[in-house]
Amino acid sequence: MSDETVLLSPASSPATGRDAGGRRQVWRSRRYRWDLRLSPYAFVAPFFLFFTAFGLFPLLYTGWAALHQVELTDPGAMTWVGLRNFTRLWDDAFFWNALRNTVTIGLLSTVPQLLIALCLAHLLNYRLRGSAFFRVAVLTPYATSVAAATLVFVLLFGRDYGMVNWALSTVGFGPVDWQNGTLASQVAVSTIVVWRWTGYNALIYLAAMQAVPGDLYESAALDGASRWQQFRHVTVPALRPTIFFTCVVSTIGATQLFGEPLLFNGGSGATGGSDHQFQTLGLYLYEQGWVNLHLGRASAIAWAMFLMLLLVAGAVRLVRGGPR
Amino acid sequence: MKVLRAGKPTYVVLALFTAGSLFPLVWTAIAASRTNTRLAQTPPPFWFGGNLGRNLSIAWTDAHMGTALLNTLVVAGTVAAGTVLLSTLAGFAFARLRFRGSKGLLALVVSTMLIPPQLSVVPLYMLIAELSWTDRLQAVVLPALVSAFGVFFMRQYLAQALPVELVEAARTDGASSLRIVWHVVFPAARPAMAVLGMLTFVMTWNDFFWPIIALTQNGSPTVQVALTGLGRGYIPDQSVIMAGALLGTLPLLLVFLVFGRQIVGGIMQGAVKG
Repeated sequence: MSDETVLLSPASSPATGRDAGGRRQVWRSRRYRWDLRLSPYAFVAPFFLFFTAFGLFPLLYTGWAALHQVELTDPGAMTWVGLRNFTRLWDDAFFWNALRNTVTIGLLSTVPQLLIALCLAHLLNYRLRGSAFFRVAVLTPYATSVAAATLVFVLLFGRDYGMVNWALSTVGFGPVDWQNGTLASQVAVSTIVVWRWTGYNALIYLAAMQAVPGDLYESAALDGASRWQQFRHVTVPALRPTIFFTCVVSTIGATQLFGEPLLFNGGSGATGGSDHQFQTLGLYLYEQGWVNLHLGRASAIAWAMFLMLLLVAGAVRLVRGGPR
Repeated sequence: MKVLRAGKPTYVVLALFTAGSLFPLVWTAIAASRTNTRLAQTPPPFWFGGNLGRNLSIAWTDAHMGTALLNTLVVAGTVAAGTVLLSTLAGFAFARLRFRGSKGLLALVVSTMLIPPQLSVVPLYMLIAELSWTDRLQAVVLPALVSAFGVFFMRQYLAQALPVELVEAARTDGASSLRIVWHVVFPAARPAMAVLGMLTFVMTWNDFFWPIIALTQNGSPTVQVALTGLGRGYIPDQSVIMAGALLGTLPLLLVFLVFGRQIVGGIMQGAVKG
C-alpha cells in the first residue's frame, strides 16, 4: 500500500490518477490522525467498561448501600436509615469479637509465615542441585484451593482421630480441642494460612535476594562475616522494600480472611465456631449479608474493614515517615 | 549473584519443607482411599487403602464434582483468556501510546489493586440479582475480567520488552494501530501473556469468596462451591469429602507439574517488578 502503486497505476489516465491519488492521500492522512488519536482509547475501553461496571461502581455504591436497609430477599428495595447500620455495629459485641479475632489470627498467620518464608528463601538461594524441584514443591500449597486445604486440615486437626493430636499424644501431650478452644482454633486456622502462603512469599523473597549484588557478600566475607551475619547485615537490609511489600499484601489478605474460618467450622453455618471463637470480619460480613439477609449491615461492615485498612496504612505512613 | 554452595544441612531442611508442603496433599489421597469408619479410628491411616474408586465416583456424581470441574474449566479458561486480552490491549496503550488522561487512568486502576473484594460484594450481588444472573456462570466470569494486576503487569512488561522504535517503524510503514497490535505487540508480549494467563487460571480456579455468594451447590457450582457444600455436610462421609478435595485439586497439580517452572518464574518476575 505504498504511494507508487497509486501513481504508477496504468489503468487511470495521468490527470485523474493524480487527482484520485491526492484525495486518497488526504483521506489516508486523516484516517492516520484519527487512528493515532483514538486508538489508545479504543485499546483501554474494553478493560474500563468492565472496570466501571464490576469494579468502580460496586466499590462506591457500597457506601450508599450502607446507609440503607436492604434485605437479601429483595435487593431492589432500599429504605433510607442514615447511620443506623453503623451505630448498630458500634454496639454489636459480635462485631468487636470478629475484629479482635481478625487481628489475632492475622498476627498468628502473617508473622510466622513471613519469617519462615525469609529463612526458606535464604536456603533456596544457595547453589542447589534440584533447585527447580524445591521451588515448585514449596509452591504446591499455593495451587491448593482454600476449600480443599481447609477440608483436609479439619481432619488433620480433628479432636479424637486427627493426625495432629495423635502425633502430640505420642510425645505425651493432648488431646487439644482444635475446634472449640479459642486460642487453639485460631492457631489451627492460622496454620492453614501459613501452609498455603509460605512458599509463595519465599519465592518473592528469593527473587529479591537474587537481585542483591554478589560483591556485597564478598566484601562482607572478606571482613570475616559469618553466614548468619551476612544474612543479618547484608540480605535483610537489601530486602527491606520487599519485606515491606509482603507485609502490606499479607495484612490485606489477613483482613479479608474468610474461607478458612467458614469451612473450619464444618456444617454449622457462618458463626466461626460454636462460640464465634474464630469468626473473622470477612466471615461476619458474610453471615450478616447471606445468612441473616441484611445486606445494608453487611455493607457497613465492609466500610468498617476499609476504615481499618486506612488506619493501618496511616499508622505505617507515620512510622515510616511518608511513602517510599 | 551469590554462589554459596549448599551443605548437607540445607538439603535436609529443604527436604523437610518439601515434605511439609506435600504431606497434606498426599494425605488427602490416603484418606480418599479409605472408608469413613477407618478415618474414625486412631492412629490415623498412613498408607493407601482400596476404596479410592468408590469414593471418587460418589464424589463425581452425588457431590456434583463432575459438573463442577467442567464449569470451573470453562470459567477459569474464559477468565484467563479474557483477562490476558483486555490487559494486553490496555497495558500496551499505557506503556507505549500517548493520550490525554493516561496517567490518571493508570493511577486509578493501580489504586484499586489492593482493595479487598469484600468492599464491593454487596452492590455486585445486587447487580447480578437485578440481571437475574445468580447461579449462572457469567456471574463469576464477567466480574473476574477486571484485573488491575493484569493491566499493571502487562504495562510493566511491555514498557521494557517493546522498543518504542519498533512501534514507530511500523507506523512509518503505514500500519494501522490494529495491525501494530497484531503483528508487533502480541509477539513481543507473548511470554508475559503466557505467565499472566497461567496465574489468572490458577487464581480463578481457586477463587472462593464471590463464587460462594453467586452460585449454588445444586445449580451451576464451581469446584470451590461444590467442595464448600461437601464441607458443610452435603455428604457426611469424610472419605468421600477427601475424594472431592482430591478431584478439585488434581487438575491444578497437573498444571503445576507441567508448567511449574514457568509459574515460579512468573511469580518471581512479578515480585521484582511489582
